Amino acid sequence: MGAPFHYTDYHPQWLRPKMSTYWWLTRRSYVAFIAREVSSVFIAWAVAFLVLLVRAIGQGEDAYGQFLVWAATAPVLAMNVVSLLFIVFHAVTWFNLAPAALVVHVGGRKLPGVLIAASNYAAFVFASALIAWLLLG
Amino acid sequence: MLKRHPEPLLWLLFSAGGVAGALLIPVVLVLFGLAFPLGWLVPPDYPRLHALVTHPLTRLALFVACGLSLVHAGHRLRYTLYDGLQIQHLNEVIALCCYGGALIGTLAAAYVLLTIA
Repeated sequence: MGAPFHYTDYHPQWLRPKMSTYWWLTRRSYVAFIAREVSSVFIAWAVAFLVLLVRAIGQGEDAYGQFLVWAATAPVLAMNVVSLLFIVFHAVTWFNLAPAALVVHVGGRKLPGVLIAASNYAAFVFASALIAWLLLG
Repeated sequence: MLKRHPEPLLWLLFSAGGVAGALLIPVVLVLFGLAFPLGWLVPPDYPRLHALVTHPLTRLALFVACGLSLVHAGHRLRYTLYDGLQIQHLNEVIALCCYGGALIGTLAAAYVLLTIA
């Protein structure tokens, strides 16, 4: 206590340059990265929309009809269009990235990444067709 | 003794949620968010939709899809705030809010899916 403060020769320094909060606006690829990150908000909205739909179905035919009327109002439509764009962007980049995350060997040879990505797209088409068929078929 | 970190589990759930969201959400949004409200397609009639949604397998599938998607979203949002907006000093608060939000959303989805008649 009371000892005079003095500098040492090797005082730790903060070496990282301070980055702007808007660093991601400086390049297209950075903007794409942040756009993909922001898709999380729209996924949360889509889940909320789906849960509200299920709740309306549980409440009866009138509530279901009211939900469809609500879904046709401009703010909800706009939100769903924007969400769809972001989520499709998420899906496409996710499928294209799959070969980097999943390396499959068959008979001692590595399967080409195109096959892994293609199988993801095939699963997407199959899942979409199955849901559409369950609802409409 | 090795300290166990929750990060690998969180990344696993993030990954599973990313797949669930990518595979399932677009078709649901196209149909219920655009095609039915705008009258491009005739929406399924109520008895059919009710029977489909209240089926135990549908409830389970919806619960898994909703829960994983929410954890995925929470995890991704956490790192968006961490890296994108560089608010590293609030790491604990952000993690708590993101995973807490995902957990609350998942519980709400479970409540709705369990109580619909």
